[in-house]
Amino acid sequence: MIYSVSAVGALFAFWLLLSGHYTPFLVAAGLGCAVAVVALARRMNVVDREGHPIHLGPRALFAYWPWLAREILKSGWDVTRIILDPRLPVSPTLVRLRPGQKTDVGLATHANSITLTPGTISIEVGKGEFLVHALTRAGAQGVESGEMDRRVSRFEAER
Amino acid sequence: MSGALDAASWLLISAGGFFCVVGALGLLRMPDFYTRMHAASVTDTLGAGFMLAGLALQAGFTLVTAKLVLVGLLIFFASPTATHALAKAAMTRGLAPRLAGPRAEEEGPWKR
Repeated sequence: MIYSVSAVGALFAFWLLLSGHYTPFLVAAGLGCAVAVVALARRMNVVDREGHPIHLGPRALFAYWPWLAREILKSGWDVTRIILDPRLPVSPTLVRLRPGQKTDVGLATHANSITLTPGTISIEVGKGEFLVHALTRAGAQGVESGEMDRRVSRFEAER
Repeated sequence: MSGALDAASWLLISAGGFFCVVGALGLLRMPDFYTRMHAASVTDTLGAGFMLAGLALQAGFTLVTAKLVLVGLLIFFASPTATHALAKAAMTRGLAPRLAGPRAEEEGPWKR
């Protein structure tokens, strides 16, 4: 139930943000739409911890995302230097790694984070194994070091 | 105050433009499909990120900034998913990545 209430709130806030017109009719229509969408989603059984993971919110915002943003900046700058280097010093490498996450949300977060940081792309994503393409051997070693794995595991862990 | 804000926003937008150009250059220079995707992700993350931040400074605390944040979140979640789908489709189709040998650094420049 708490997931449904929070989903209605989030959808209604989304409507208000995008609309910018606050006449009684439009606000009521927004609320009606939010309730209708969540009612449909409940019938489809997708309003749950996985579909609407509110329990991850604070940790995502204050612990994981700032760290991920720093990683994206660092590796983005590395890839920029490689692109601008006349010798183009790339050493493309494939690595397999064993992700330590237990939930699907954790695995998806890990795989997305790998792809989001420039220089590494997750090609195959399974429960016990990721196949990652790295632009340089150093980047592949960075993935293998498992720091991102530990941080995502901490982020998905139960309180 | 607004002068400093303008300067910061210009700086951010210029940085975003710079990384977009770098991503395009990388797209041309990289030797194969997979390495090109790495170049494109510079445009996705740093290029779009800096530009959105710069535009948000221009808009201030308005609904426009809220929409810019939503655009950022959309890119943040959708672009790695699309990149992964692309890479996986290429791999499934049998496109083998060009990989570095044991001593790639001494192999000299990577030519297409």
